[in-house]
Amino acid sequence: MVGVKSIVATRNTYDSDNTVFSPQGRLHQVEYALEAVKQGSAAVGLRSKTHAVLLALKRSTGELASYQQKMFRIDDHVGIAIAGLTSDARVLSNFMRQQAMSSRMIFNRPSPVNRLVSAIADKAQVNTQEYGRRPYGVGFLVIGQDETGPHLYEFSPSGTAYEYFAMSIGARSQSAKTYLERHYEEFMDCTVEKLITHGLHALRETLQQDKELTILNTSIGIVGPPAGSESYVKAGGAFRILEGEPIQVFLDTMTPKESVAPAIVEPDSEDEGGDGDVQMSDA
Amino acid sequence: MSAQERRFNPYTENGGTILAIAGQDFTVIAGDTRQSEGYNIQTRYAPKVFRLTDKAVLAVNGFAADGNMFVQKVQQRLEWYQHAHNKEMPLRAIARLIQTMLYAKRFFPYYVYNILGGIEDDGSGAVYSFDPVGSYEREACRAAGAAQSLVQPFLDNQIYFKNQLPPSGGAHPKHLPLKEVLSLVIDSFTGATERHIEVGDGLEIYIVTASKRPNADLEAIANLKQVPGGFIGGEDGEKIYVVRRELKKD
Amino acid sequence: MDHHPTNWGRPRDDRVDPYGTFPIHARPRPAKDVFADGVQRTQQPIVTGTSVIGLKYSGGVMLAADNLASYGSLARYKDVQRLHPVGTSTVVGAGGDMSDFQHLQHMLDSLVTEEFTYDDGNKLGPTEIYEYLSRVMYGRRSKMDPLWNALVVGGVKPNGESFLGYVDLLGTTYQSPTIATGFGAYIAQPLLRNAVDERPDPLSEEEAVKVIQQCMKALFYRDARSLNKYQIAKVTSEGVTISDPLEAPTVWGFAEGIRGYGAQTQ
Repeated sequence: MVGVKSIVATRNTYDSDNTVFSPQGRLHQVEYALEAVKQGSAAVGLRSKTHAVLLALKRSTGELASYQQKMFRIDDHVGIAIAGLTSDARVLSNFMRQQAMSSRMIFNRPSPVNRLVSAIADKAQVNTQEYGRRPYGVGFLVIGQDETGPHLYEFSPSGTAYEYFAMSIGARSQSAKTYLERHYEEFMDCTVEKLITHGLHALRETLQQDKELTILNTSIGIVGPPAGSESYVKAGGAFRILEGEPIQVFLDTMTPKESVAPAIVEPDSEDEGGDGDVQMSDA
Repeated sequence: MSAQERRFNPYTENGGTILAIAGQDFTVIAGDTRQSEGYNIQTRYAPKVFRLTDKAVLAVNGFAADGNMFVQKVQQRLEWYQHAHNKEMPLRAIARLIQTMLYAKRFFPYYVYNILGGIEDDGSGAVYSFDPVGSYEREACRAAGAAQSLVQPFLDNQIYFKNQLPPSGGAHPKHLPLKEVLSLVIDSFTGATERHIEVGDGLEIYIVTASKRPNADLEAIANLKQVPGGFIGGEDGEKIYVVRRELKKD
Repeated sequence: MDHHPTNWGRPRDDRVDPYGTFPIHARPRPAKDVFADGVQRTQQPIVTGTSVIGLKYSGGVMLAADNLASYGSLARYKDVQRLHPVGTSTVVGAGGDMSDFQHLQHMLDSLVTEEFTYDDGNKLGPTEIYEYLSRVMYGRRSKMDPLWNALVVGGVKPNGESFLGYVDLLGTTYQSPTIATGFGAYIAQPLLRNAVDERPDPLSEEEAVKVIQQCMKALFYRDARSLNKYQIAKVTSEGVTISDPLEAPTVWGFAEGIRGYGAQTQ
């Protein structure tokens, strides 16, 4: 027990049981779960009047390994991108798939997107309160469409779910968020292509200095009518995940990193854009 | 009256007929759209033929409530398969899945005769027919339902050439072209409508074509519509079409 | 004694959890109710309603059912409403066992309340109610414990199209421009189809009411389990209205001269 005590002392007290508050009114286990989300590679989501898109950075453990799966299809009208523990994500995404299917089975209607998100948020909340459990170690960006148009939600293991114009989660997602906060007012009237370009620019901010977005390490998820380069999209602009060769056209629309901000603000006058104020540091 | 006789009967029969014929690189699956109970026509349009994937179509006949539920359950299983494997289930696997699902309810069966039609992985047209508790086999053609006894002998004669002598020095063709198959389907149903009270109102003919099949012969078919699908195979993939026709309503 | 708040009012069951060792979320329960063997299931309807009829017309759907609930051949209750509004765009009409129908009304009301509490702008329309009822009815028949009803679901979908569907105790479903259940399938359905079939345009509201009145009158004349007091439900994009009880004008003068009907008994 002495050994255990000394380890605990280097972290926090009040963190070995998620049902116990710290004297500062915090649940340390829940905060550690949020850290698990930050360990995962980044995902970005944004939406316009017509589309919602997800962009995620896939990691590979090495040259010999495949890239991890970052996106899951839930139903024709809903898809998610994850950051954190993939195994926890599979459990939650399977639960969402079940909910989506039972809505179709019982009411013959696609599940409203907000209810799917609330359902996993409620599940996550239980894990922050009952003994013998641990919070989920994964965060989601959920996109979907219903009668009220496209939506984007963030789900976090603390049991919260909020709707956003644009959001990012995962490692160095603050950099992407900064980009999104700077540009979100343009998003509502964007075409899908433009929206994806914005998303890629935001996602790029989360990369380490020497890395680039490639067709191998990037996933794109879309709901809404087909982009110009897409043929054969299921009726109603169902959720689809683009990977590999088909995303090259979108990567090609990105502007070189140094001139990102001016190029986006004034896309027609690239020549007059200097490097301006946007040197985003990776720290 | 004893307790046995008064027992609630969970089944009924809703009439109608279905059939499927496999071609070399296509399959045709058809059913009428009348739903009846006893001498009452409940509705003139209740579909009995359903798209499962881009290369599989299922026709169900018998007790309509069981049939609709069974189709939904199969479709759910196929959805999970797609979630897990990111592709559509092959036809022969769907056939085995259906047998397993039917057999699982062996002691409270789905009172449904199933005919599954589509394209196999090798590109050939295929028909699988089932009994209510899951016995199944692959065939070239099959009719089921109220007018099975009228239609099947006609198909045996026209598809399998039973009781027909081959032309001298030749043999019967192994597969018929789409145009002839469609004529046989239409004749089967107009005939069944004429002679069976539970058949009529409307006819729904599904056509599943193999990938890369030159579909020029489809252009001559009136009222042909492509069924929107998952487009898993892209431009070259299997495709499903539907033709809707009227049958006599008396 | 288990003092945990989630178990207030739910005493621990010593047969399956003698020491209260399970975490809250996994607390075991007995697999079978001790009285299960004594439970009976519906084998026949008791207090019954007769036909429900319905048809689509221009801009909506109309349903009608009389106000009688019979106990066998006894006209037992003569002021029963068999048309039930669900939400703002659906009406369900029921024939068959009236206690089972009351149970369904409670289920539907809870469902609408639950949907309301989500407060997210989504509503249950006729297609949702129809699917839900078909699942409930099929589920119960599969448990060999049916709800002994034939139901007609009418309403207007969010896109303005009208909807008319049928569900019964076997889980059998169908949709059609005209529907009549029970004895009405023989008496009213032909009249309804006559009025609606092979017309290029849908019926006007006045025409629809006229056909409904004609059907209810014919049913009252010929259905021994019917009553000349019925209600008409209309669903349009404006919402649901259910009329006060109506009466069909009937003529019995001819009966005087018929042996067995009037005064003449020999």
